[in-house]
Amino acid sequence: MPEVEIRRPFCCEYRYMARFSPLTRMAQVFTTPHSPEDFLRLVNPLSSSRQLRGIVTEVIPETEDSATIRFHPGRGWHAHEAGQWARIGVEIDGVRQWRSYSLTTAGGEDPAITVTAIGAISEALVRNTKPGDVLFLAPPQGDFVLPEHPRPLLMITAGSGLTPVMSMIRTLVRRRADADVQLLHSSRTLDGSLFRDELQELADLDHGLTVKHWITSEQGRIDLSGTKDLDAAVPDWRERATYVCGPTEMINEAEALWKAAAREHQLVIERFAPVILPGAGGAGGHVTFEKSDKEVDADGDTTLLEAGEDVGVVMPSGCRMGICQSCLVPLVAGQVRDLRTGEVHGEEGQLVQTCVSTAAGPVHLDV
Amino acid sequence: MTATAQRLDATVPDAKTATPARRRRAILPTEGHPSVRPPAAAHLSDEQVATMAVELDAIRDGILASRGSHDAAYIRRVIKTQRTLELAGRASLVFASFPPAWIAGVGMLSVAKIIENMEIGHNVLHGQWDWMRDPDIHSTTWEWDFVTPAASWKHTHNDLHHVWTNVVGKDRDVGYNILRISEDQVWRPWNLGNPLYNALLAPIFEWGIAVYDLELDEVAAGNKTKTELRRDLRAMGKKVARQFGKDYLATPLVAALTGSFVPALVGTLTANAIRNVWAHAVIFCGHFPEGADTFTEDMIDGETRGDWYVRQMIGSANISGSKAIHFMTGNLSHQIEHHLFPDLPSNRYAEVAPQVREICSRYGLPYNTGPMWKQVGSTWGKIFRLALPPKGHFAKA
Ligand SMILES: Cc1cc2nc3c(=O)[nH]c(=O)nc-3n(C[C@H](O)[C@H](O)[C@H](O)COP(=O)(O)OP(=O)(O)OC[C@H]3O[C@@H](n4cnc5c(N)ncnc54)[C@H](O)[C@@H]3O)c2cc1C
Ligand code: FES
Repeated sequence: MPEVEIRRPFCCEYRYMARFSPLTRMAQVFTTPHSPEDFLRLVNPLSSSRQLRGIVTEVIPETEDSATIRFHPGRGWHAHEAGQWARIGVEIDGVRQWRSYSLTTAGGEDPAITVTAIGAISEALVRNTKPGDVLFLAPPQGDFVLPEHPRPLLMITAGSGLTPVMSMIRTLVRRRADADVQLLHSSRTLDGSLFRDELQELADLDHGLTVKHWITSEQGRIDLSGTKDLDAAVPDWRERATYVCGPTEMINEAEALWKAAAREHQLVIERFAPVILPGAGGAGGHVTFEKSDKEVDADGDTTLLEAGEDVGVVMPSGCRMGICQSCLVPLVAGQVRDLRTGEVHGEEGQLVQTCVSTAAGPVHLDV
Repeated sequence: MTATAQRLDATVPDAKTATPARRRRAILPTEGHPSVRPPAAAHLSDEQVATMAVELDAIRDGILASRGSHDAAYIRRVIKTQRTLELAGRASLVFASFPPAWIAGVGMLSVAKIIENMEIGHNVLHGQWDWMRDPDIHSTTWEWDFVTPAASWKHTHNDLHHVWTNVVGKDRDVGYNILRISEDQVWRPWNLGNPLYNALLAPIFEWGIAVYDLELDEVAAGNKTKTELRRDLRAMGKKVARQFGKDYLATPLVAALTGSFVPALVGTLTANAIRNVWAHAVIFCGHFPEGADTFTEDMIDGETRGDWYVRQMIGSANISGSKAIHFMTGNLSHQIEHHLFPDLPSNRYAEVAPQVREICSRYGLPYNTGPMWKQVGSTWGKIFRLALPPKGHFAKA
């Protein structure tokens, strides 16, 4: 377990909130026990002392089942680096739901996300979002970012995995004379491929971007178990810093291939979904959320994060797939199972990564 | 998603669950019976009580399944209205030396405080809105405009009163340690002051609750440590300082700009007193009118889930009336429904009430309800009656 400071519920939100100005602190005298922001929200929907918010400014349909949502974030947000992602909250049937989305605009520009509908939350975001809607936010984070020094790049993406790379392309091409970017993007059909027109335009500019579409309905999946497909598409792939974002198998294969070529230091990956060991879930157990005074029976497929959210606990969370450590909660008692390895562990006070852990018998969490 | 919500309201502490974690409540059995069933339910068989519990569970599940954006919009609307009223009330009090502004200010601020404490605060602190997972409307973050800190109140109210409802000797809410409100409480000469204590308590009710939440009796009995008491006192001290700062210093000081310091101060005092009198009346209507039963400890020994429901129903009393009455009482006018299902959103009790009433009539259980004046009158009647010793008290002695 990495060394991480123990957080109380909500403090992951507080951390990001703008420091109280002396004026706000004075106004608090009149608004206690609430914050001045609670009253300001009567006129400004972005005002909050607890939860960073943003307002949707534009919704642009991309393909049949995806859309780009532009938003204006409130105080507490900071500009993103190309390739970073943010935690986005929406309310569906009155319940706040959180997912992670890559920011697709060029680094530093007003943020936007591009969502592909594959489940309930993404579906709601794509179909029901309107300008003026409030989004709940956490500031950008992530290490899937451009190298510090300019160098030739190779991007291998599939489906919605293009999103963080699109931000990098928008950041480099047209702005950097020395840009040298090869994009190998895989999608089911050309029509359903994200950002197709814009990529075409950028490539036509002849400013250092080459785009290769790989259409899986015709060519099958890109095979990264060997070098054949890669050698054909991008012969100099070994010389390039490579970014891969797509389905789990693609990333796993890429990791093995770059390792075999002794190029693993040139490979940067981004996963959208956790790597779960099939059948690792176990039998589950009774989970007690001590501070929130809630309890629930959770089965072996339900993560502690989902179990808590399901009974109304405001669980800290981030990527929801085991990479960011935002979901750590101290264990009071009991044992938990790590979904990635199947390992069962538990010591009092230990920090549990709730998004990839299930209950292994009765569990008490300090949240 | 396959996690199933456990009922949090069925509760009996179980000393034997030896986890190092804090006390946990065992789920009540679905079969069996208590050592003694309360007289009002004595005619029911174990099977009837069990069937009734299933029917009540179904009502709850129906509401849970239909909870959604409508309910979320409701609580947000109420909060918005409350905050607007509160701002407008305080703004009016800035001009409090002008009598119409004083009246408008006190009126708006009183209503704002009542809504804040009852329809919003009480219900949010019950976790009725936790399902929204909105950190701005959540039982773990909410603090209310009342001198007792939310955390202390949640303990004495949610953990104790709602669990031990009306069990004499267990539910400290029976008489709040100062009133004799049940025949089962032994009469002492100082109970002669019953009506006087109650009249004095009403306008300072929030202080009564604050002191009550300190659990001084538990400290005396050695069940609560001095350290815990000091911690609670510190928390209360901070809360009191902020509340006083707002109502009795900051608001009047701004009003001083228009030469209205004193009238504004009298205004905030009045608004707090009005809120206190109202809250006192409503809360006392919940369990104290004639006909609302109290229970002895053998009635909860072996209590099943169905018997727990029975106790909540026959130990509580409703207030009938208009939508406005329900709203201004924070839907505690649906005390019976609230005690059955403490964590359902308050705006849904009205639709549950006829179903609960029908169940009561079918099972031959009393459903205590009446207009506010009647329930308040009945409560006062009882407070006067129980000031006097029971018949034969001295003969026995
Ligand atoms: C760092 C990060 C960045 C992300 N960026 C984006 C983005 O820019 N655009 C976007 O549309 N989504 C992105 N996602 C995925 C997103 O967070 C949600 O997981 C996705 O929208 C599905 O959520 P859902 O609730 O609709 O479906 P759910 O019912 O939660 O998920 C359906 C299933 O699909 C899996 N899944 C998640 N993402 C993908 C994917 N891309 N391809 C195939 N299966 C997947 C999930 O693990 C789950 O098993 C990102 C995820 C992470 C962790
Ligand atoms: S939410 Fe990111 S690691 Fe769990």
